[in-house]
Amino acid sequence: MGQNNDIVIRTKNLSKIYGTKAAVNHLDLEIRKGEVFGLLGPNGAGKTTTIMMLLGLTEPTVGQASIYGIDCTRNAIDIKRVAGYLPDNPGFYPDMTGRQNLRFTACMNGLQGEETEKRITQLLERTGMTEAADKKTGTYSKGMKQRLGIADVLIKDPQIIIMDEPTLGLDPEGMRELLELIRQLSKEDGRTLMISSHQLYQVQQICDRVGIFVEGQLVACGKIEELGNQVQQENHYSMELQVEPCDDRLLGAIAGQDGVQSIEKEGNMFIVQSTKDMRKSLSAFLGKGNYTILHMHQRGGDLDEIYRLYFEKAGQKDESNSKKQNHREYRHL
Amino acid sequence: MRATVRSKTTENTVIFEVRTRTGLSALYRKELADHLRSRRFLIILILIYATSFAGLYGALSGISSAAESDSTFLFLKLYTTSGNSIPSFMSFIALLGPFVGLTLGFDAINSERSSGTLNRLVAQPIYRDSVIIGKFLAGAAIIAIMVFSMGIAIGSIGVLVTGLVPGAEEVCRIIVFLIFTCIYIAFWLGLSILFSVICKHSATSAMAVIALWIFFTIFMSLLANIIANVIYPVDTQWNAMMNSYDNYSLELNLNRISPYYLYSEAVSTIMNPSVRSVNVVTMQQLEGAITGYLSFGQSLLLVWPHLVGLMALMLIAFAGSYVGFMRQEIRS
Repeated sequence: MGQNNDIVIRTKNLSKIYGTKAAVNHLDLEIRKGEVFGLLGPNGAGKTTTIMMLLGLTEPTVGQASIYGIDCTRNAIDIKRVAGYLPDNPGFYPDMTGRQNLRFTACMNGLQGEETEKRITQLLERTGMTEAADKKTGTYSKGMKQRLGIADVLIKDPQIIIMDEPTLGLDPEGMRELLELIRQLSKEDGRTLMISSHQLYQVQQICDRVGIFVEGQLVACGKIEELGNQVQQENHYSMELQVEPCDDRLLGAIAGQDGVQSIEKEGNMFIVQSTKDMRKSLSAFLGKGNYTILHMHQRGGDLDEIYRLYFEKAGQKDESNSKKQNHREYRHL
Repeated sequence: MRATVRSKTTENTVIFEVRTRTGLSALYRKELADHLRSRRFLIILILIYATSFAGLYGALSGISSAAESDSTFLFLKLYTTSGNSIPSFMSFIALLGPFVGLTLGFDAINSERSSGTLNRLVAQPIYRDSVIIGKFLAGAAIIAIMVFSMGIAIGSIGVLVTGLVPGAEEVCRIIVFLIFTCIYIAFWLGLSILFSVICKHSATSAMAVIALWIFFTIFMSLLANIIANVIYPVDTQWNAMMNSYDNYSLELNLNRISPYYLYSEAVSTIMNPSVRSVNVVTMQQLEGAITGYLSFGQSLLLVWPHLVGLMALMLIAFAGSYVGFMRQEIRS
């Protein structure tokens, strides 16, 4: 089995142009079997449009997309048989119970009978919806709808699952459960997942690879560590440092170290910008000076920083700043 | 890996037809069940039944005086006679039928869109047109059930109360009348589905269809009259002499654009065998004619164009919504 055969989702030169604006611009993407791929980008970057084209719900202006070698535009029905789609805001018929909604989806997939009933019960259990299964979905909360949505996708047992903003509007507990479920779907069931999101922290936890989208273009694609290294190779290191005791004399002393470009105080933390990895030399220096290190963290490696840098390149600083605040909030939770 | 998936796909293609029809029938059954369970359906059912029994009551009180002037085809008069200033069953249906159609269809697509179920629906392995065809067929089935149950109910109550027994021809005429009614209401269903595709909000689409309904039932005849008078004025004696035939024909033809008029004309011809022509007849043409009733076949022949016209209107309305829906982006 060659490397080539592992690729399940492939797009070639895929573009969608609305009027004069290119929602998706010459996208080349390859996603391998069993992978969790994160499609990252701000709102309006073209993530949903890409997903729509993959599912054959929108026709690409140029280029083509295929799943398992099946053309997504021409054989949309075959695609929808192997790929499940969870929309960003899954809706259910409010007058029907959760179980009835699932049964209806099963019917549309040509599944009926006792086997299907069993499967529905299993899926409800798996998504933790057993108790609410026979209540009308009109009474469901956002998180419950999201979980029912996952059960709904799993009914047809798809090998590929595409989720559009699955973490949007969930509380921390719901988020944790969702991420756990996604991990299970990928690692235990061996399904291929594609997740679009603008919330980085969660995606970072579960994605094997990510693609960063800005204005319809894929500006970066790869493993998170790879992207991190890529950023660091541009001689840009950023470190968070918190020490005890903390005084202004120390600030000057660190600024005087070899390789440090700048240092600023942010709350009770120093942010040290440098041209090389300062962790080793700074620990030695602080140890000598009888300082206690409370917190030391090299920023470059996490997605937040990668994201910010790519956005700066693409001239989208504002967007990334707001994302950064988001990120902070989640850290505090 | 790819090879196995490929073979699986060809397998799927074999049962393709069966599967896609499963999608349509699943949707049809769901829509039907939704309609039957909904409170909205109950309300229009009560409304329609109440008005038709009012119509029947009027007919029963007016039927004896109607029988004095003309006692043939008395059973049909249960549907067509008005009495005690209550309109007949037939005119009630012409007026309120559209309401049934638009209630069943005005939020067909846009409510699915706004509640986010459309997204999920089109991600299933079904053809996209199954969604709209399923909705239209379910609505049409509901209409047929409602119309026929009502027509038969009126007839049987009429039999019980008056003791009249309908002849075979009368039964045929009533069935044709009910079929016409179904198509007429299905036209309004198609039109309301069209607006539910075009408009984002269900309130907007409801308002648009209601506006059309009122326009066709009330204002169309006024408009036809004004236009006919402008093109063929009949203000002076000379003009009246020269133009009255053209004036009347034009007004009639303009009126026939309105499905309300088309339907009313057709069913009054079918339900009243003494109507011998739907167009202008000159005195010259009437010379030597013997008064009598048209046979069922001849009546049918008279309204054949109306039937085709109503069918065409219904199909145009539905085709419009079909094309609109198929070309629309799924994302809101």
